[in-house]
Order: sequence, then structure tokens, then C-alpha cells
Amino acid sequence: MSHTTETRGRVSRRQRLELKSGRVKSTLTTRLASAAALVIAVLWTIPTFGLFVSSFREPDLIETTGWWTIFEHPGFTLGNYQEVLLSGSSSAPQLGEYFINSLFIAIPATLFPLVLASMAAYAFAWIKFKGSSTLFVLVFALQIVPLQLALIPLLQLTVTFLHPLMGGISDVLPFVPDQQYLPVWIAHTIFALPLAIFLLHNFIAEIPSDVIEAARVDGAGHGQIFLKIVLPLAMPAIASVAIFQFLWVWNDLLVALVFSSGTAETAPLTQRLAELAGSRGQNWARLTAGAFVSLIVPLIVFFSLQRYFVRGLLAGSAKG
Amino acid sequence: MTSLDLLGKILQFATGLLVFAAVVAVIMVVLDRTGRGEKRNTLQLVLFLGPALALLAIGLIYPAIRTSFMAFTDRAGEFNGMDNFVWMFTQEEALITLWNTVLWVIFVPTVSTAIGLIYAVFIDKSRGEKFYKMLVFMPMAISFVGAGIIWRFMYAYRSENYEQYGLINQLIVTFGGEPQQILQNTPWNTFALIVVMIWIQTGFAMTVLSASIKGVPAEQHEAAMLDGASPWQRFVNVTIPGIRSSLVVVITTITIATLKIFDIVRTMTAGNFETSVVANEMYTQAFRSGEPGRGAALALILFVMVTPIVVYNVRVLIKQKEIR
Repeated sequence: MSHTTETRGRVSRRQRLELKSGRVKSTLTTRLASAAALVIAVLWTIPTFGLFVSSFREPDLIETTGWWTIFEHPGFTLGNYQEVLLSGSSSAPQLGEYFINSLFIAIPATLFPLVLASMAAYAFAWIKFKGSSTLFVLVFALQIVPLQLALIPLLQLTVTFLHPLMGGISDVLPFVPDQQYLPVWIAHTIFALPLAIFLLHNFIAEIPSDVIEAARVDGAGHGQIFLKIVLPLAMPAIASVAIFQFLWVWNDLLVALVFSSGTAETAPLTQRLAELAGSRGQNWARLTAGAFVSLIVPLIVFFSLQRYFVRGLLAGSAKG
Repeated sequence: MTSLDLLGKILQFATGLLVFAAVVAVIMVVLDRTGRGEKRNTLQLVLFLGPALALLAIGLIYPAIRTSFMAFTDRAGEFNGMDNFVWMFTQEEALITLWNTVLWVIFVPTVSTAIGLIYAVFIDKSRGEKFYKMLVFMPMAISFVGAGIIWRFMYAYRSENYEQYGLINQLIVTFGGEPQQILQNTPWNTFALIVVMIWIQTGFAMTVLSASIKGVPAEQHEAAMLDGASPWQRFVNVTIPGIRSSLVVVITTITIATLKIFDIVRTMTAGNFETSVVANEMYTQAFRSGEPGRGAALALILFVMVTPIVVYNVRVLIKQKEIR
């Protein structure tokens, strides 16, 4: 607080040094502020931590004592995980199967929109045509059309066109596997496009035009420029959008509920977990372990690719 | 799961990827074959832009228009005028749903932005800033379903004769209160759900605002300091104006996410005990109760609520394009 009484020209020597070195520490970061920050950090971490501890406790202990009494009531087990992942009985969660569904839904539902969006973003940025800006603004505006507005008719389209089409294909080519994931892939791809096109366009449009011009002079067409110059240069942006899309799809419940069959054939983890939480909402041994199984992939992605995740977040918001 | 099931899934997965790769490869080959010239340029444009635009037209524009018409039909698909909207604004349950959505939109963006901002300022340039950020940011990576389960566990209830295992009720008991059925007691249960969304969104607000705070020129702070401004004055007169555009972005983004919130309500109460929100009710009406008309009407209301924010953002975007 000593600075407050200082006036112009009466700056202490130490302060001047601090100013010079540009390392003026905000006086707001006093001890009180640090304490407040610590409280927030603890409040934000405790819920997940409690779930994590509980998932390793004996089932009867979870439901009789608090997880914070773990030292008074010790008893660790991996049994909860074993049961939710691998249990053979049909009534058990058997999350292993749903885990694979989540993976097989999320990977294509990340790749498809990214490829299509980077192509579209390139066209908006580097192919001149009439109405380019208007069309781009329209695509951007679509970004905020709530998913809910599209669900019912899109599901009807799936039933009237996609299912008969798949049936027809398997009549002619019986060796082609029945594509049960397809509706979910398509839905996720469509819903991801507006934002992905917008973000990638922002990045691709920033590529220096000299680079593109030079390639054109060398006789490269749009296809080659896109593949050999734009894609490699746009990789950082593509990576961060990919992380976002992957987490979004992995964590999604609504699209899965509407477009997957809801059975172990196609339903992702989130759907199975939501079901468990609803039907046997108090079986905490299963729920805690199950929730953690569903958290593992996003948390790994988060911790290992945090830098890109944050970068994507900032790119998405700074210009939105 | 038998290994045959697994094999089937792997085959589906591989076929899907292969077919997609083949389509993209064909597009690229065609692009490669076309040289220069006006006509060919149009073909290239269609190849680059066509797939995305076609999907958007089929999957977003057409359905949105369809839903708008559907909002004026009954469960048999016959035109019924404003009946669905009359239902929405007169039935008690539907009104509760609308009111709850208003509560969500008031509290989630403001509280999570405020806490995110406070936290970002407090940890700015402190030791271990990255670690601090990570702790609050982590819930962003967790699914709403996962978060719902985490918080249901926090809110877990047992009658007062038993030891509590839900942390919140334990705290209530420790301070001399009676354990509460937090998720069933209206109106507080809606706030219990709102807390979950705040828990998730604060990390987003904090990250964006923190980056923005670091972008405020140090000279401005120094100048204010030399003028004798107190830390609080500097925060209000230097930091806040410096991060204004980011604040707007954070609040609008969280508001949009909050309007569409579905998973948290679905996982934690399924909309029972007067906790439903528009997006959840839309799903229930359209896909569970066989009332697509009502579902469509609710979706349309959601759209109307989002529209001002869309218009605002589009205007900002157009302005940016003009500057460029």
C-alpha cells in the first residue's frame, strides 16, 4: 500500500528499479489475495478429488462413511473398477464396451469435420468468388443456432434416407458391415462445422499472401497449395480445434441420446453413465468408478495437450 | 462383449474412415487435374466448399426451418396455431421451466465470470500460477455427465440418524443443521444445479481473462501507480477497461452454453422436482413424451433467446471484416 501515497517525482529508488526492469508486481497479490486464491483452488478441486478417493474404497464403506474419513476407515480396492469395466453379468455396467464406442465415435467425429472445415476455410480465405463474405458470415451465424433446433428433422432424415440407403448397400454388397455409428458421426460432423470453419479460416487467412502467390507462380493449383502449403502451416490451429472437437464429442450426451441406438452396440460412455445415475442412482461404488473411467481420456488429453487446448480456447474467444 | 462384437465394431470404424479417405482422395485428384481458367475455378470452389455447405444445408438450415414450422403443429402433425406456445406460457410446469432457464442465465455467466476474474487477478504473476490455473481449469475437460455424478456425490443425503457421506450435508451437520435432500428441495435444488455449471465454466472465464489481463500494457499500470492510484483504483480504471472486449466475449459464450444446458439437469434430477430447463424439456417433450410440436416450440424459444447474442456477434464480425 506504500505506493498509494507516492506522487509523481517522488518515486523511491527501489520502485524506479522495479519499473525499469518491468517486473512491477501487482500489489493486489498480497497475502490476502493469495489466501483467497488458495480457497478457490481448494473448493474447485475437492469435488473431483472426493470422487477419485471414493472410487478406490470398499463399496460398503463408500455408502456408510465420508471419503474424508479414509484414514479412520481404511480399505482400498480395485474391485469397483474391475466390476464396472469387465464384469460378465448382464446387469453390470460393463463399461469396457461403451468405452470402445466412445473412442470409435469420437475419432471419426473429430477427423471428418476437421478435414471438411479446413477445405472450406481455405476456399473462404484464398479462392476469390462473389458473395464470399456474405456466405462466410452466414456460416458463422449458423454456429449459434441451437442444436435443439435441428434435432427432430435431422433424426427424421436419418430414418427416411440413411437407414434405407444402408439397407440397400448391404443387400448389394453383403460384406460391408452395417454402419451403426454413421448417424452419430454425421450429426457431430454437421454440428461441428460452423465453429471449425470459422476458427480455421481466421488462421488460414493470416498466412502471408506472398507464400501463396509464390506457389501460384510456380504453377501450383489450389489442390496442391492446400495440401502442401496451407495444411502444414495450419497444423497448430488444426491441432487445437481437434482437441476441442474430440473433448466435445467424448463428453457429449444429447447427440448420443438422439442418434445412437442406446444399446451396447453404439452408445458411448456418457449415455451409459447417465443411465446408471438415473436407474440405480445410489450405487456409488459403480458410479464413482464409472465416472472416473469416463474422465480418464479427457483428463489425459487435458494434461498432455493443455497448451494447445488453451491456445484453441483463446483463438476461439479472442475473435468470437 | 464377445470378440466377434469387437471385430464388428473395428470393421465399422475402419470402413467409415476408409470411405471418407477415399472421398477426400477423389476430390484431391480431381482438383489436381484441373488447371487454371474461370470455369475450372468454379469447379475447384465447388469441390472445396461443396461438402461442408451441403452438410450445413441438409443438417442445419433445412432442419431449423422445418422445426420452426413444426412448432405450430400438434402431436399428429396437424397445424394447431399457437397452441404449443399457449401451453408454454400458461401451464405451470412449462412456466417453471422458462423461469429456471432465466435463473440459469442470470447466475451462471455473472458468477463464473466474477470468480474467474477475481481468481485470475489474484494469481497473476504469483508463484505457481500455472498450477493454480490448472486446478480451476480442470473441470472444463470433464463431461457434464461426469460433473453431474461428481456433484450428486457431493450432495448425497442420508437421514440425520446416520453418518453423512456427502460432503455438503456433512458440513451442514457439522455447523449444527439438519441434513437436507439438496436435489429435491425446491427452489434451492435449481441453485444446486447452477453451482455445477459455475464450477465448470469458471475455468474458461479465468483462462481467457487471465490472458487478457496480461495483454494490458504495463505502462498504463505504471502511469496509474505514479499518479497515486490504489490497487483497487487501478483494477477498476486500468484493468477492467483493458479487458472489456474479453469480458464481453466470456459472458456471451457462457450465456450461450448456459441457454443450451441439458446434460447436467438430465444426469442430476432428470428435470424432476421443478428443476427442468428449456433444453431439457425440449428433449423430454420431443423424444420421450411424443410431443414433437411442443419440443419444436421450446427449441424455437431457445433460438429466440440466443438471437440477440447472434446478431451482436455477427455485427462485431462484419465490423472486423471491414477494418481488414
